[in-house]
Amino acid sequence: MATAEARGTRLGRLERSALTGVLVREAVNYSSYWRSSTFSSTVEPTIYLLAFGFGFGSLVSKIGGYDYVDFVGTGTVATAVLFSSAFPAMFGTFVKYQFQRTYDAILAAPVDTEELVTAEALWIATRAGVYGCVPMLVAMVFGLDPSWGMFAVPFIGWVAGFGWACFGISIAGYAKSFENFNYVVSAVLTPLFLLAGSFFPLDNFPQWAQVLANLNPLHHCVVLVRHAVFGWDGWIDLGRLGALAVFGLLVWRVAIHAMTRKLID
Amino acid sequence: MADLAIRLRGVVKRYGSITAVDHLDLDVPEGTCVGLLGPNGAGKSTTMRLLTAQAIADEGELEVLGFRLPEESKQARAQCGVVPQLDNLDTTLTVEQNLLVFAHLYRIGRSERREAIERALRMSKLVDRRDSRVDKLSGGMCRRLLIARALVHRPRLALLDEPTVGLDPQVRQELWALIDALRTEGTTILMSTHYIEEAQRLADTVLIMSHGSAVAAGPPSELVLEHAGHEVLEVYGPPARLAEVEAEAGAAGMRTRRTGTSISILGVDGTNGFTIEGERRPANLEDVFVLLTGEEIA
Repeated sequence: MATAEARGTRLGRLERSALTGVLVREAVNYSSYWRSSTFSSTVEPTIYLLAFGFGFGSLVSKIGGYDYVDFVGTGTVATAVLFSSAFPAMFGTFVKYQFQRTYDAILAAPVDTEELVTAEALWIATRAGVYGCVPMLVAMVFGLDPSWGMFAVPFIGWVAGFGWACFGISIAGYAKSFENFNYVVSAVLTPLFLLAGSFFPLDNFPQWAQVLANLNPLHHCVVLVRHAVFGWDGWIDLGRLGALAVFGLLVWRVAIHAMTRKLID
Repeated sequence: MADLAIRLRGVVKRYGSITAVDHLDLDVPEGTCVGLLGPNGAGKSTTMRLLTAQAIADEGELEVLGFRLPEESKQARAQCGVVPQLDNLDTTLTVEQNLLVFAHLYRIGRSERREAIERALRMSKLVDRRDSRVDKLSGGMCRRLLIARALVHRPRLALLDEPTVGLDPQVRQELWALIDALRTEGTTILMSTHYIEEAQRLADTVLIMSHGSAVAAGPPSELVLEHAGHEVLEVYGPPARLAEVEAEAGAAGMRTRRTGTSISILGVDGTNGFTIEGERRPANLEDVFVLLTGEEIA
């Protein structure tokens, strides 16, 4: 160490320049595919909103004190966050590792696995924060009233998106092949997505299911977004934000571990 | 003695029951070009990965540009340029965008970035193709871009893993010129290859690898002289005749090697009393290689 310090080139962990390098790569790549990704991120929640809003909305006009369109419009923000974070993280990471060998190139530069994973998750989280707002904006077209709390929604989406991005990267890190993703989507993501309270409230579920829902980060994201739009619930919301942050930090470390195993022999 | 850009001592790397690198010692003095020559599976690529800490050695000492690996690998990597064996360019980006990304990854400051990219484009003769997407480039152009990308930050040390594998002979010569220019500029180069001619032309020193360890090292001409002598007698004939020649040369204490359709008798310099008829040719690195490893190459 002494020799390196003497040269004044001692490099630390999680350096800004390493993170910037990886983020620049993502941003430049994004300039070549932003159209398709924006298209799918916009069209998908719109379809959900139309299908559920007009389908269910014709049966139930109000739910938990909200207009159903408002309820679904805010609830699907979490869906959009999940779809634009966990899925791109899973597939993108696998493609960059396995087929494009991008990560081999990046790790040959002065970037460590920890920095690589962190930068990738930051990038995906930012996208998820932005794309997550789309259902809310679409719902505004259908009558959702604007409120100041809406400005907190991208931030909530960013925190949740960071966790889901790290979750997706971890899955890609542990997966042996593309087919492994089917298990995760069917057994983990679909149940979490349906039991988040996006499309129907969880109040009528048995007690144990409501307790379990508190372990579902997506549920916290749904409730936080609704409260941001319609009115905060003080300390409880802060607790939910804390839960999302803890989820994010835990899977972040898991993702780094998974990718180190995969990338470094 | 010149400073060493790379210094490996007793390096071992195992994958399960396979020992990919087996007590390897390697010195690369600054400002020289060293060739790692060996057949596929000799441990060349693993050695390359060890040097960027993308593989972690089980035993031994590794130093790159004075930095201990793997602890200080990031400092070392900042001053290295790596050309991988398999293309890993961003294929949907343009030539220039690929260079821009690596200018950032290699931490070139904002004020120098433009000039660094232009220099890399000139060096790789891709100035006219700067706006072409990578998936529209020929194989040779991709390779040149891969080399330019590794050199965009003017590294002190270039690690080239099989830089011309799978390319046409003509394209290969273009790349040799590029690598030779780099060497002339004073960049230290470690290059792995399984092309004898590549090692003989470009390397100041060659290290012959077999089954994960070094079997010989030295300047190509000295290795040839030491192990295969000046001249080789190449004898052609039917298999029965070749077996006879082999036995006869063996009895006379000469070393031989089979080359498919012929027998090469090594070190025949000045042996006039030798009765076997054949074609005399200068000894080469391939003779040394086969002699030392017992393996045919390429």
